[in-house]
Amino acid sequence: MDILRFITAGSVDDGKSTLIGRLLFDSKSIMVDQLEAIERQTKNREDGEIDLALLTDGLRAEREQGITIDVAYKYFSTPKRKFIIADAPGHIQYTRNMVTGASNSDLIIILIDARNGVVEQTRRHSIIASLLNMPQVVVAVNKMDLVDYSQDVYNNIVIEYAELARALNLNDVSYIPISALKGDNIVDKSSALSWYEGESLLHLLENVKVEKAINLDKARFPVQYVIRPQTGELHDYRGYAGKITSGIFRKGDAVTVLPSGLHSVIKEIEIDGGRLTDEAFAPQSVVLHLEDDIDISRGDVIVPLSDVPETTSELEVLLCWMDSKPLVAGNKYLLQVNSTRVRSVIKDIEFRLDVNSLERHPAPEKVGLNDIIKAVIKTSQPVVHDTYKALRASGGAILIDETSNVTVGACMIQ
Amino acid sequence: MSLHHLDYLDELESESIHIFREVAGQFEKPALLFSGGKDSIVLVHLALKAFRPGKFPFPLVHIDTGHNFPEALEFRDLLVQRIDEKLVVRKVEDTIRERKLTEQKGKFASRNQLQTYTLLDTIEEFGFDACIGGARRDEEKARAKERIFSVRDEFGQWDPKRQRPELWSTYNGKINKGENVRVFPISNWTELDIWNYIRREKIDLPSIYFAHEREVVEYEGQFVAVSEFIRIDDTDIISRRKVRYRTVGDMTCTAAVASEADTIDGIISEIIATKTSERGETRIDDKVSEAAMEDRKKNGYF
Ligand SMILES: Nc1nc2c(ncn2[C@@H]2O[C@H](COP(=O)(O)OP(=O)(O)OP(=O)(O)O)[C@@H](O)[C@H]2O)c(=O)[nH]1
Ligand SMILES: [Mg+2]
Repeated sequence: MDILRFITAGSVDDGKSTLIGRLLFDSKSIMVDQLEAIERQTKNREDGEIDLALLTDGLRAEREQGITIDVAYKYFSTPKRKFIIADAPGHIQYTRNMVTGASNSDLIIILIDARNGVVEQTRRHSIIASLLNMPQVVVAVNKMDLVDYSQDVYNNIVIEYAELARALNLNDVSYIPISALKGDNIVDKSSALSWYEGESLLHLLENVKVEKAINLDKARFPVQYVIRPQTGELHDYRGYAGKITSGIFRKGDAVTVLPSGLHSVIKEIEIDGGRLTDEAFAPQSVVLHLEDDIDISRGDVIVPLSDVPETTSELEVLLCWMDSKPLVAGNKYLLQVNSTRVRSVIKDIEFRLDVNSLERHPAPEKVGLNDIIKAVIKTSQPVVHDTYKALRASGGAILIDETSNVTVGACMIQ
Repeated sequence: MSLHHLDYLDELESESIHIFREVAGQFEKPALLFSGGKDSIVLVHLALKAFRPGKFPFPLVHIDTGHNFPEALEFRDLLVQRIDEKLVVRKVEDTIRERKLTEQKGKFASRNQLQTYTLLDTIEEFGFDACIGGARRDEEKARAKERIFSVRDEFGQWDPKRQRPELWSTYNGKINKGENVRVFPISNWTELDIWNYIRREKIDLPSIYFAHEREVVEYEGQFVAVSEFIRIDDTDIISRRKVRYRTVGDMTCTAAVASEADTIDGIISEIIATKTSERGETRIDDKVSEAAMEDRKKNGYF
């Protein structure tokens, strides 16, 4: 069995939480006591339907306001797959929480209210999907019940979105008309939408080939921690603990340690707390041993001699700003790629992306919450990296404000 | 599928080990909060995989309410002895005495709320900057919202409206003085994943997880073990039943489920078939309010 991690996105009230509630409900993944709890909570809705959004809107403030504020993670499985769902908020104010959920997803479902079509938040979330290099996009045109299940309405939205997808280079997009509230096309195909020839949403999710963000070609191993028992017979034991973020490592491989550039050979690979293995691959957590005694510590990256990533102190990035304080060019931040953390300064801001027109505004004066910009970052020490496009697992960086310690930016290295 | 493909349990395991090592790499004084239940036992198993043949870079910390199942305590001590790691125990009883706290009254008077005081005192006493816990997001709707690195302020409080963004598997453990981070390595595991993993890895559990006979009182459809910690009223009907525990917390707030399952396979079949959630079936303390967990977390609870 494998895991599919997906996120629901789209504008406020387009029905993301309801959709997840419906998926869980119709796939019989909700327990009786949880159902009773939301039945008790459901306000006297005119239509008499229970409010399935309450399954994921777990915070008091969310229930009071009827909106999602932060990502909720939900889990269910069918005989085919285990699903990890992130239910994102639609409100622009909470976009950073959507980015949080999206960063670990392999597929994004973008909901569109059939009555409204593509709106600003649809675009914003699609841009984020594109920035994050989301392998798969499913556009779910929701609330079909409110437009008489009209094929024309659906077709027009498909045409409208396809244009946006082209502009954003989203290549793998599927479309599906649904009603999250009524359950049309969620688990089973709906007779109200008989003109739709595709599969139901669950069927699609169960069968879609997961283009995992895992890459098996380029081997990268960021060292997280050095295991040195320094006792008795283990006196000389020195193991480099970490997770292979991409690629495959084999015993005997010639490797380079970055940023120092020193060479060695993999002497041993330990997995499972002590079992030796001849090869290991992403995303396994392992312990590596090298032939030579070289100085290696947390933040170093072990790579094959034959495929060495860039190590530079100037990074060109697409950056999603996530703090309510504005970004100030010239300010210093900590930049973290996996377990490497260095000081950095934002040197130039090349442009800001207009979410509505997709136009690039050169040299913007102000960069605020949820803005997407292209910038050049200078780091105090050379940073080992790949481009985000080539290798998501070593091309993403976060920025940390050193005065508040808060994560303020997500960078996709270009 | 290619040879280079991880099964879902391996993927979850690797994610958890990675989180453990991030804690080791980013913090000065971490601790593993060990409750004695299956989730903390799985945590210990994962920590062994993350750090052996080295020692854990943290002690196990048990906040002892004094209302434990004796089987769980016995298991705890054997486990610590077997893995040869450090155990710190701090007793809620001592906090109650020193801080002149008022104990809950009533039939199932619980120290669940009061243990937060002991926890916060312990964090302060040792200067812990990260506390690893076994909470899972599938357990409860407030937990479903929490980050893997969850920052708590100097009062231990969680502010659900001000959570930090958390991208990819890049964790930001930077904190200000006095703050600490609660880290949840098994956030993405479900109850069934835990049981399947326990079966696969042949992890030992306290005997009370398996069906056994016990004297219980039936209370609002739940079976509560007869013990010195709960008040037995004249109207209570005490019966002997075959039960097992689906979670192990305090004797005052954990209910047993009627069961014949005395093997892991049996338990897994029952969990697959059940119509009630883990907390719904076993926790007496969650029924008080819809937002009970959120409120407790805001006050510094795990
Ligand atoms: N008629 C109809 N109403 C729907 C449908 N899906 C959702 N709704 C209603 O739309 C409202 C908003 O639904 P939510 O699921 O909370 O929306 P959301 O997208 O999660 O909103 P945020 O998370 O706050 O962005 C609720 O009243 C739902 O019952 C649908 O298919 N048809
Ligand atoms: Mg929602």
